[in-house]
Amino acid sequence: MKCQLRVNGEDHTIDVEPRTTLLDALRDNLKLTGTHVGCEHGICGACTVLADGEPVRSCLMLAAQADAGPEITTIEGLSTAPGELSIIQDAFCEAHGLQCGYCTPGMIITASALLERNATPNRDDIVDAISANLCRCTGYGQIVEAIELAAEKLRQRNASPSEASQ
Amino acid sequence: MKPVPFEYERPHSLKAACQLLADDEDAVIIAGGQTLIPMLAMRLARPSRLVDISRIDGLSGIEEQTDNITVGCMTRHAEVERSPVIASHVPLLSAAMPWVGHAPIRVRGTIGGSIANADPSAEVPLVLVTLDGTITLSNATGSRTIPARSFFSGPMMTEIQPGECLTAADFPVWQHSRTGIGFREIAKRHGDFAMVAASAQVSVDATGKCIACAIGIGGVTDTPLALPELASSLVGTAFTDQSVHDAAKAATDNLSAMSDPQTSPEYRKRAATKLIADALMAARNDALETSEGVTT
Ligand SMILES: Cc1cc2nc3c(=O)[nH]c(=O)nc-3n(C[C@H](O)[C@H](O)[C@H](O)COP(=O)(O)OP(=O)(O)OC[C@H]3O[C@@H](n4cnc5c(N)ncnc54)[C@H](O)[C@@H]3O)c2cc1C
Ligand code: FES
Ligand code: FES
Repeated sequence: MKCQLRVNGEDHTIDVEPRTTLLDALRDNLKLTGTHVGCEHGICGACTVLADGEPVRSCLMLAAQADAGPEITTIEGLSTAPGELSIIQDAFCEAHGLQCGYCTPGMIITASALLERNATPNRDDIVDAISANLCRCTGYGQIVEAIELAAEKLRQRNASPSEASQ
Repeated sequence: MKPVPFEYERPHSLKAACQLLADDEDAVIIAGGQTLIPMLAMRLARPSRLVDISRIDGLSGIEEQTDNITVGCMTRHAEVERSPVIASHVPLLSAAMPWVGHAPIRVRGTIGGSIANADPSAEVPLVLVTLDGTITLSNATGSRTIPARSFFSGPMMTEIQPGECLTAADFPVWQHSRTGIGFREIAKRHGDFAMVAASAQVSVDATGKCIACAIGIGGVTDTPLALPELASSLVGTAFTDQSVHDAAKAATDNLSAMSDPQTSPEYRKRAATKLIADALMAARNDALETSEGVTT
């Protein structure tokens, strides 16, 4: 079946079987392999993307359900330009919020949805948000620190937008 | 794993959806897909056809009626969780929502899907049964409304007949000014299904005496279970820790609790006794605080 997807601000028409998940459509049809495949049944969070700004499991959505539906944002859509890092991505590097990196796209998408809604999350808010994402390397401590750092940097940027863009 | 192949339809009317279901006994509804898609991925479900009801007008939304709140089947968990109408009129449901999986599951999962799926541990069916709400089912020719307490027939089993779609659930609104709620759950990790959950709503008069009470448990027996006899035995009394605990123990003694490799029936009953008592005391204290104007 034909599906019209709007991903990272661009329209795509793809031809897939109805059983194709949004996750597979993003990776195989659109070659957006930043969204990772983990458990494929909703447990691990590696495949998290934004649908109209809200975090969802792309393994628990069929491409057909996204047809002419919500606007999808993947990890590729968060950076400002190819090769550049968003503030949240940069904070994950600076705070060593990753080791193997497998969970990282899902963590960053989840963090960006949290920070979009709540500019001043406390530690509990952060822990609650990422409790939906599994990491088998870091022990989570540095991921929480990375999100705290990202929140801080975003607040600074929003307080003085002109300075930050220089 | 990947699902087996199936057809996919996205009808624009309820009638057309019900007709598709009536014409093909292996067709199933897909709402949020948060239970169905994992079942497909693990090949535990092998439907011939999915009938996607998400783009049918009128199936989503929260509506205030005189004595209840109607929640359309396609209303997402996240919308219910954030709804000020639910928070002020059915606060027990608001309190239960954060326990339903994790936030990304609640963005897609629906109220109708949670109820139709009939997991004995699920929170939304528990609240509906506790409050003695009703469920509306439609087929291609008409609709019927049945009490939630007679809707669940076993684990993942309901009174839904072939060709029917669950269209809405009605949550009763209590009018007493001093009403409080308590929701308690034990799960292995936050976001997992409940091993045991208890939900309670209590109203008190100016002297603190209980004038209305509802209590239910999830995850203990093979369906969510209201305990109306326990509730009515407490009406007219002033709750004490001891009296509530004794009543909770009496109510769980003869239950035939489920068993699984991690959780024995005895554990479930012990935990249920404790959570029932805690939920009731929390609801009663919440009601007392409301009467003192401490909480809103
Ligand atoms: C990781 C994870 C954790 C979870 N944890 C919890 C939890 O702690 N508590 C909890 O309650 N749930 C939990 N869930 C399940 C979640 O709440 C589901 O969203 C919900 O059970 C089903 O809703 P849905 O809209 O996604 O339904 P779907 O998956 O689309 O459908 C589920 C079933 O119901 C049927 N159905 C759906 N809508 C209708 C309708 N309107 N009429 C008739 N039949 C219908 C479908 O045919 C299917 O058989 C979890 C899910 C995941 C993936
Ligand atoms: S791959 Fe989607 S949650 Fe694990
Ligand atoms: S960094 Fe390896 S899984 Fe998280």
